[in-house]
Amino acid sequence: MIGEQFLVERRDLQKLLDALQKKGYETVGPTIREGAIVYGPIASVEDLPIGWTDEQDGGRYRLKRREDSAVFGYVVGPHSWKRFLHPPVLSLWKARRNGKGFEVVPNNAEPPQYAFIGVRSCELHAIFIQDRVFTNGKFTDPHYQARRQKIFIVAVNCVQAGGTCFCVSMKTGPRATVGFDLALTEILEGQRHYFVAEVGTEKGAEILRSVPTKPAQPSDIQIAEDRVARAARQMGRHLDTTNIRELLYRNLEHPRWDEVATRCLNCANCTMVCPTCFCTTVEDVTDLTGTEAERVRKWDSCFTLDFSYVHGGSVRASARARYRQWLTHKLASWIDQFGTSGCVGCGRCITWCPVGIDITEEVRAIRQSEAAQLSERGG
Amino acid sequence: MAVTLKPQVITEVFTDPMVPVPYRVRRVRRETADTFTFEYEALDGRRFPFAPGQFNMLYLFGVGEVPISISGDPAHPELLVHTIRAVGTVTKPLCQAKPGDIIGVRGPFGSSWPVREAAGNDIVIVAGGVGLAPLRPAIYYILNHRGEYGRVVLLYGARTPGDMLYKKELAEWRGRFDLQVEVTVDAARPDEWQGNVGVVTTLIPRAHFDPHHVTALVCGPEIMMRFTILELQKRGLRDDQIYISMERNMKCAIALCGHCQYGPHFVCKDGPVFRFDRVKEIFGRREI
Repeated sequence: MIGEQFLVERRDLQKLLDALQKKGYETVGPTIREGAIVYGPIASVEDLPIGWTDEQDGGRYRLKRREDSAVFGYVVGPHSWKRFLHPPVLSLWKARRNGKGFEVVPNNAEPPQYAFIGVRSCELHAIFIQDRVFTNGKFTDPHYQARRQKIFIVAVNCVQAGGTCFCVSMKTGPRATVGFDLALTEILEGQRHYFVAEVGTEKGAEILRSVPTKPAQPSDIQIAEDRVARAARQMGRHLDTTNIRELLYRNLEHPRWDEVATRCLNCANCTMVCPTCFCTTVEDVTDLTGTEAERVRKWDSCFTLDFSYVHGGSVRASARARYRQWLTHKLASWIDQFGTSGCVGCGRCITWCPVGIDITEEVRAIRQSEAAQLSERGG
Repeated sequence: MAVTLKPQVITEVFTDPMVPVPYRVRRVRRETADTFTFEYEALDGRRFPFAPGQFNMLYLFGVGEVPISISGDPAHPELLVHTIRAVGTVTKPLCQAKPGDIIGVRGPFGSSWPVREAAGNDIVIVAGGVGLAPLRPAIYYILNHRGEYGRVVLLYGARTPGDMLYKKELAEWRGRFDLQVEVTVDAARPDEWQGNVGVVTTLIPRAHFDPHHVTALVCGPEIMMRFTILELQKRGLRDDQIYISMERNMKCAIALCGHCQYGPHFVCKDGPVFRFDRVKEIFGRREI
């Protein structure tokens, strides 16, 4: 059954959620909160942003009513699935004083079993990248692994691109090809509203058996493919990744870093919304009596001064150095560290940058200045 | 009745690398006005095998955690030795610990000085300030295996005579015939110091070693390492004969928190000891 495609009518989408919940999954997915589409608990299909879409550009995000009642008619918002797999705040252990010493109790709490509803292809790739970060090295993050092992992924193929999307450049979308349990392509045509559902795993097949389906005909599959192909042609942004690692390593002292530093507010938004940024700090705290201590892990950002602090000062004292660290890590040193780019082309860092700094534009500026120098030299 | 055994999920038994193990302070020795050497022993009596150059994360209950190099003798894993300078919110109270006090230890982490690979070679060790502490395990190892090396040179520079670590041991080492030890201070009053005055790099031209068959181990502030490398290169050393130890902010020490990134490297995992040719493209570059 893996690889087979089925038709699921819109009215039966709830049955998919029911089947997952019956299996013990906590269903989470896109929902509207505080003027944006974020990821949260989805009890029923009605919690999804039905009939809404998002308009995105550098530093700009607006929700808009759609003319139809599409269930997944938007792209990605400020949240990503990392907040479930790699929580923003996590207690690592607690310790209690005993005499002069202390006893440590690790946090072995059983994590929730999540079903992610509406994972876009770029986001799937972000999960694959974090898999490499957290579970593929010398050390494994047991908290990530415990969550990751249990998830059920309902992917959604994008049939329209957002204004800051560039998954085509990063070869991460818009079609989900691997790593999902089920993948849906939403089709609205006249009065018809249905999904083409592709089975990715045996687990996915089992869930789909609880949902009324019909085998998809080649013509249905073709319609779905055409819709996704249209999204691929609509990309709002483009990033040329040719020899990008070498390009950036060659240009660590490029004047563009100074220029971007005059605009960058060092607010860390880009790192918080990025679905692959993984940096954390730890805070050691005690209760008022000093008998109980706790170590809490929290998302951190290379845009803060504290991030690189060693006694005497911060290694990256300037905004220029901090932006350079973020961008070169994402697009260059990530490749050395994990064998993959750290960017999936989701566009979040562009949309949620308060001043609209655009990663694709920054790389283009450096690439073009090099090309200009070369052509000058060449005469 | 037939019993069908289901395949069991085997969960790997491992010590969580984020959980500190309690150690008791056994002895404290004051090195300088703000630097102390501590001997710790595990409450459960466990030994602490490590490689010279590796570091631990030391935790003070409720206060926080800091990366500190191990400065003891790798031949004596029953004792854990750290030399700590009281400069920060964690190191200051850590340095006030008294015998019997308990701290938490995670480690050992990171890469080590290439003491095995360097066998057969001459050795030149260049240390600046508290940079002597991460090198001391290498010195112990080399002296424990003295016959395996050619000439061995230790060059040590401190800011003032009062800032010198391990004075008694330095005196002992200077008394050995199989070890060239040169010490210098940046500044001193004539009544307190009769020795060399000047930065540690001034000692390099007079060190006795064969530049083609020597391994250099260098640790100190980055600026000191940079000028040391230049001097060693002047003596004819290739970049792959020189090893340095880097320092960066660290929170996890297991390459997951991202803080210690140094270009493509994680200092906690790929370092702290680096062969110089592997970092030369970024070494000395500002704010990497």
